[in-house]
Amino acid sequence: MTNLQKYNDAFIQSFSISEADLGSELVYQSIDNWDSVGHMQLIAAIEDAFDIMLDTDDIIDFSSYTIGIDILKKYDVEL
Amino acid sequence: MTGANLLDYNELFCIEPYSLEVSAKEALLAQWLKKLGEHHEKNCGPYARLVKALGADPALPVRLFKSHELRSIPKEDVVKTMTSSGTTGQAVSRIYLDKATSARQSKALAQIVSAFTGKSRLPLLVIDSSAVIKNRAMFSARGAGILGFSFLGRDVTYALDDDMQLNLQAVKEFCERHSDNAIMLFGFTYMIWLYFIQALRERNEQLNINGVLIHGGGWKKLQDQQVSNDSFKQIVHETTGITRIHNYYGMVEQTGSIYMECECGHLHVSELSDIQIVNPLTLEINNNVEKSSLAGNRGLIRCTSLLPTSYPGHILLTEDVGEILGVDDCPCGRKGKYFAVYGRLEGAEVRGCSDTHERR
Repeated sequence: MTNLQKYNDAFIQSFSISEADLGSELVYQSIDNWDSVGHMQLIAAIEDAFDIMLDTDDIIDFSSYTIGIDILKKYDVEL
Repeated sequence: MTGANLLDYNELFCIEPYSLEVSAKEALLAQWLKKLGEHHEKNCGPYARLVKALGADPALPVRLFKSHELRSIPKEDVVKTMTSSGTTGQAVSRIYLDKATSARQSKALAQIVSAFTGKSRLPLLVIDSSAVIKNRAMFSARGAGILGFSFLGRDVTYALDDDMQLNLQAVKEFCERHSDNAIMLFGFTYMIWLYFIQALRERNEQLNINGVLIHGGGWKKLQDQQVSNDSFKQIVHETTGITRIHNYYGMVEQTGSIYMECECGHLHVSELSDIQIVNPLTLEINNNVEKSSLAGNRGLIRCTSLLPTSYPGHILLTEDVGEILGVDDCPCGRKGKYFAVYGRLEGAEVRGCSDTHERR
């Protein structure tokens, strides 16, 4: 599985959404399931998928599908 | 364009926690409160009327958030409404958050707590039930507290099941998984006492945890049982082995900018907050924080938080009695004011996170 697939899967599984819902429109609070509870599920899924641990500030800043891709670069995860 | 855009929070968050001496802190506060006051005055009609009637920087009684809808943002920008948990018959506070204020609260909590626990995210054992956060529509102070701390931890594990019974197996497995590292425990004071410590004692269980416990939510019910902060620490240590135990003082109306208890047992004001003591009879602020005149300086706690821009809750008059113990000279080394809280003012309603949890 590519890194992008892993990344997408984390969103799809955490928020029960489909591939079509992914993209720049997907931001924190834009869908019901991406609330603060969903956010922690997403972070846990991403950390598991890439075997990394995000800093607390990055968890807070991880506010969209697109921003997340940038944040992961800091952890040497290229999508 | 709103006044909030003039406030540079990145600059504020760059200040090292507990590094400012009181003179520098007063200058920072004056500058920020002016801008915050202007922002809320411009964007919240009821707040502007209060300023007109009472003068600049009025301290809003916390009760006002129960009776009035106080917002400094358009309704459509509200992403989260936090409520204080009230018992039946009590009105609840409603605090309206937009994305910016909500994120800022999380950042503040992370900055303050990590000044005590370190930067890395520790494995987190929550002394509560995950049922508290399952009902997303009902976002209580308890749920918000748990979620706020979840950002700071990893392998977040709940010690209680849905019926508030101790899940000893989950706790033991958690401790085993992390036997090599320090862990963090978080919960509300009364819940920890009743559902964790008492449950462990009933089973004659003795844990040996290397970690730090952070707890808050009020002492009312424990005071009724004659449990002081000192005896709480003592018994938690005897039962769980934990030596680092920090209480904190905070409220749903000013989430994030909490006041942490240091190693010397003092509650500390951070860069993001301030407290003052108000005479409950005259409502005058007691500005005298000289060591020599401590006696008799108890009064109502007036809390300032620089975080809220979505609701006018930056200066609040609480119903808690407290006392400033000193400034810049706590033996723990942290600068700024430090203080003690003695509980609710007589006649004030019972409120708070764990206070209003009814035992089933």
